[in-house]
Amino acid sequence: MTVRRPTLVFSLLAFGYAFLYTPIFSLIVYSFNESRLVTVWAGFSTKWYVSLLHNEQLLGAAWISLRIALMNATLAVVLGTLAGTALVRFGRFRGRSALALMIGAPLVMPDVILGLASLLLFVAMEQLIGWPAGRGMTTITIAHVTFSMAYVAVIVQSRLVRLDPSLEEAAMDLGARPWKVFFVITLPLIAPALAAGWLLAFTLSLDDLVIASFTSGPGASTLPMVVYSSVRLGVSPEINALATVLVALVTIGIVIAGWSMQRKARQTQV
Amino acid sequence: MAGPRPELEAWQDPTAAPLVEINGVTKTFGSHYAVDDVSLTIFPGEFFSLLGASGCGKSTLLRVLAGFERPDKGRVLIGGEDVTDLPPYRRPVNMMFQSYALFPHLTVADNVAFGLRQERIPRGEIRQRVEDMLKLVRLNEFARRKPDQLSGGQRQRVALARSLVKHPKLLLLDEPLGALDRKLREHTQFELVNIQERLGITFIMVTHDQEEAMTMSTRMAVMNEGRIRQIGTPSEIYEFPSNRFVAGFIGAVNQFEGRVVEQQDDLLLVHVDDSEGDAAELRVRSSQAVAPGTPVVVAVRPEKVRIGTTEPPAGDNRLHGRIEEIAYLGDVSIYHVRVPDGSLIEAQLTNRARRAAAPLTWGDEAWLGWNSEDAVALLE
Repeated sequence: MTVRRPTLVFSLLAFGYAFLYTPIFSLIVYSFNESRLVTVWAGFSTKWYVSLLHNEQLLGAAWISLRIALMNATLAVVLGTLAGTALVRFGRFRGRSALALMIGAPLVMPDVILGLASLLLFVAMEQLIGWPAGRGMTTITIAHVTFSMAYVAVIVQSRLVRLDPSLEEAAMDLGARPWKVFFVITLPLIAPALAAGWLLAFTLSLDDLVIASFTSGPGASTLPMVVYSSVRLGVSPEINALATVLVALVTIGIVIAGWSMQRKARQTQV
Repeated sequence: MAGPRPELEAWQDPTAAPLVEINGVTKTFGSHYAVDDVSLTIFPGEFFSLLGASGCGKSTLLRVLAGFERPDKGRVLIGGEDVTDLPPYRRPVNMMFQSYALFPHLTVADNVAFGLRQERIPRGEIRQRVEDMLKLVRLNEFARRKPDQLSGGQRQRVALARSLVKHPKLLLLDEPLGALDRKLREHTQFELVNIQERLGITFIMVTHDQEEAMTMSTRMAVMNEGRIRQIGTPSEIYEFPSNRFVAGFIGAVNQFEGRVVEQQDDLLLVHVDDSEGDAAELRVRSSQAVAPGTPVVVAVRPEKVRIGTTEPPAGDNRLHGRIEEIAYLGDVSIYHVRVPDGSLIEAQLTNRARRAAAPLTWGDEAWLGWNSEDAVALLE
């Protein structure tokens, strides 16, 4: 071979990074494009950011998506933690395997089916008990919680399995009641898993298009729905600007998380 | 190793009130009997050991006492109160776990204070008691540390302090020294016994290490397959094992299978199966009346077996054989002697006795002998 190894490694690395990040990079670059046409470069400008600030439809959708994602992540963590704990710590209770199976199902179920099933359920419920009246943020949130709590349950479950059960036994032995043990010992020890589950549920909800489309109603269009429908009419550089803002927020979030985790690791080493 | 003791030990005193009574406890997992109809009485101030190989049910029995397992049958009484149905957090019992189970997110001081915080105890008193307890285990310098910043020995002491700080009536210890290296383990054995005697708390320890059980306990129970095979003081169990399992489990032992020929007062004459001459006739002391023809195993410890070149008088327990193996262990030497019926007999000689006697070496012919009262007859 004529290619020296470092060169080979470097070119593979460059290709990998390019594959992952070229689309995002070009999206960021074109958000500063003067031209109305997304694909033609016509000089640097921040005018699309200004016009984004005045696009109430996009901003409103972003706000709705954010609220749904926050609510969904929090509810999913609560329910997912309960389910994960039940699966790991409650021994072989009746219906355990059924629960395990049903928790796993939303992970492999196609979104279309989940969305359609949720829609049918909401319609039937409205006819039977009058709730939920119409579809909107509530129905989207409920539908999101049903599938994202499965992810949280799996994460919590895998963390709990690795947690020495004698820690909880020791706490009980020292006089703590089961609920207290859960809040004072178990919860702090699985906190990293809860944080990871929360972030995952937040992300899943934020970028879900299919299930939200099924369960949404008038006045409750989420950001992915608005972006998708406006792209069909032609991509506006405002979308690029919005995407750049989101990428910036995510990057800042990751940097902060990584930094605080490193600091914590250094503290425990001392 | 304990200090002066009263003339009558609590377990010999019929008027003594027991601290722990285990009555016919059985615990199964599926079809497996982890604990099989175990009854046991333990008295205040004892250092009691449950000894057995892994899987013998000793840990399950300990967990039944702590309240983590509910027995299928039988009752557990602590201080006269039936605690069988009480959850762990209502029992006057604390446990030291094999893995120590220190809370990794709490400091040493908070770990020790955890038990006290579960009760309505004023903050000042908690601080004082935690400080005293950390002083007792010589860890007051480390109060602010997290468990992962401690060595194995220090963690073990935190676990001990945490389980003692509530002054339980009974402390359960699950292989407390299992994770320590040999040197530290010997040192910690003495420390544990000292602390136990100073605080006057009853200890029940689970261990698979017979030496550990022998040096630390006032009494011990040898367990096998979910059952208790013998209960007694370490010397009773060593000197007078009541069955073959215990004899074989604790220390080395030479066993001869045979049948009782006749009984003269407290002496049994035993005919050993498949052997002739001197080796076939053994005398062993027995306080029980045994009918002729009863199968019996004569067990004798290697250190009770004399080895030499002079022939013991006929009528003694004596065997003649050839030395096959000598293991020099420093303080003692172990001789393996092949006797005519083909079996290997082990004899032990202390270093001093070995130097005093005529030198024996590989391949030498030698005489083995022992006193009838040094052997035990195992009927079973």
